[in-house]
Amino acid sequence: MRILAGFEFKRGDTFIHRLDPRVKLAYSIAIFTLAMIFTHTVTLSVLFLSSLPLFYIAKAVRKFLKTLQGSLFLVGIVFVVNFITLGFERALAMSIRLLLIISCFSIFFLTTYPEDFAEALVKLKIPYEFALTFTMALRFVPTLAREAQLIMDAQRSRGLELEKGSFLRRLRNFIPILVPLIVGAIRKSIRVAEAMESRAFGASPKRTSLRELKLERRDYAFLALVIIMFVAAIYAKYFLAIEELISTFLRFG
Amino acid sequence: MIEVHDVWYSYEEVVALRGVSLKIQPGEVVAIMGENGAGKTTLIKHFNGLLKPSKGYVKIFGVDTRNASVAELSRRVGLVFQNPDHQLFSETVEEEIAFALKNFGFPSDVIKKRVEWVLKLLDLYELKDQSPFALSGGERKRVAIASILSYDPDVIVFDEPTVGQDYAQKERLAQLIKLLKSQLKTIVVVTHDVEFVAENFSRVVLMSEGKIIADGSTRRILTDSDLIRRARLTPPQITQVAWELSDLGVPKDLMWVSEARDAILRVLGVKY
Repeated sequence: MRILAGFEFKRGDTFIHRLDPRVKLAYSIAIFTLAMIFTHTVTLSVLFLSSLPLFYIAKAVRKFLKTLQGSLFLVGIVFVVNFITLGFERALAMSIRLLLIISCFSIFFLTTYPEDFAEALVKLKIPYEFALTFTMALRFVPTLAREAQLIMDAQRSRGLELEKGSFLRRLRNFIPILVPLIVGAIRKSIRVAEAMESRAFGASPKRTSLRELKLERRDYAFLALVIIMFVAAIYAKYFLAIEELISTFLRFG
Repeated sequence: MIEVHDVWYSYEEVVALRGVSLKIQPGEVVAIMGENGAGKTTLIKHFNGLLKPSKGYVKIFGVDTRNASVAELSRRVGLVFQNPDHQLFSETVEEEIAFALKNFGFPSDVIKKRVEWVLKLLDLYELKDQSPFALSGGERKRVAIASILSYDPDVIVFDEPTVGQDYAQKERLAQLIKLLKSQLKTIVVVTHDVEFVAENFSRVVLMSEGKIIADGSTRRILTDSDLIRRARLTPPQITQVAWELSDLGVPKDLMWVSEARDAILRVLGVKY
């Protein structure tokens, strides 16, 4: 569950926190796209390293490290599976790619107030109901994680041993955890819907917002930087064939 | 026997226990009280090894919890959690109760007998084929209790058993505790319910900010205005009445209705 530490909003007042969520989203999507099109260990590593200063600026290095620690298991699985099917080099690249994707969305969610995120989605012409559903889902992730912990405590206290038995048996061991978790989540969602309706959710079709998002100079500057970086990376990939160059260079020194 | 020796425990950033020491003898009936966040639940999660001390040790019948699995410890220390919805998952009440017995590897004929016994004990026999999700709050709570009592642990720990329960249910719980006590079980209850404690418990452990601030007889602790205030509790209502009437000569350490009645009648000079 520690993997989630890096996706939970943390109040702060740094340059990154103050950036418009739309601009941050553009950054995350740009990095995500690059992570998808680049395939070489070296280029992916460079991208990964380039994202680290943002965590430093956002004063969120510790949370990020916790997320990395928590994601090691997942990264490990990805590595092993790819190692078996594609060999060491591709497995390494895949693992770094996954870390890169985790880090680029982690910086977004760590520094973006959920309300602002919903507002940004609305500004991007996504219906408010969908935007709200999405941010609420995010809001409930830590709640569910806490709930899962309580359920595990209760079942372990009744002698359930999660790590015991064959692979199939271990999967079955999760039924006593998952059933109460899902039932609880459904009950909770009904309660939340009732609470929202009793506070007149959806009463007026046109909503106003307490805080209007407005692009500032720093947003334009950051956006320009993202665009330049993105275009440069694409240029390097397709016109300079940088990854082939690196491969050749590594092979022949 | 439960032996807690200078136990410290911290969740990631918060220190929840700051040097807690406590001994509970077999057959004792103990209430752990204190404000929210005092560390009560953290403490009882050490009793079956769900949490292991960051410093200090916990011994359960002589076994250091660091050297035993939760399953081994749970066999002797049964924990009944506050919210039954965090554990109910089976299709029928009967299966739900058999879950722990199966985990502990009891033979199937014993499981059958135990389940039947506990269903009757907790007045759930009629509901045995129903889905636990279809039951009322009080019934669900009883199923959760039954699923622990079924395997007959030596120590039974209840976390906030009276929250959200009506009077009849509380009364039932009091009866159950008396019964378990008569079977020489050790019972530990975490609760805020002073009335419930005044009527059913002889020993109170009072916690505040991760420490035990008092440990002794229920009467001494629940009628001590200073301690009560520090643990952010209210005294039992009878005690409050006694305090109000103390300048008329009513003793301040009353907590039962019968005592208050006698004391008031004495002050009034009524023969009875």
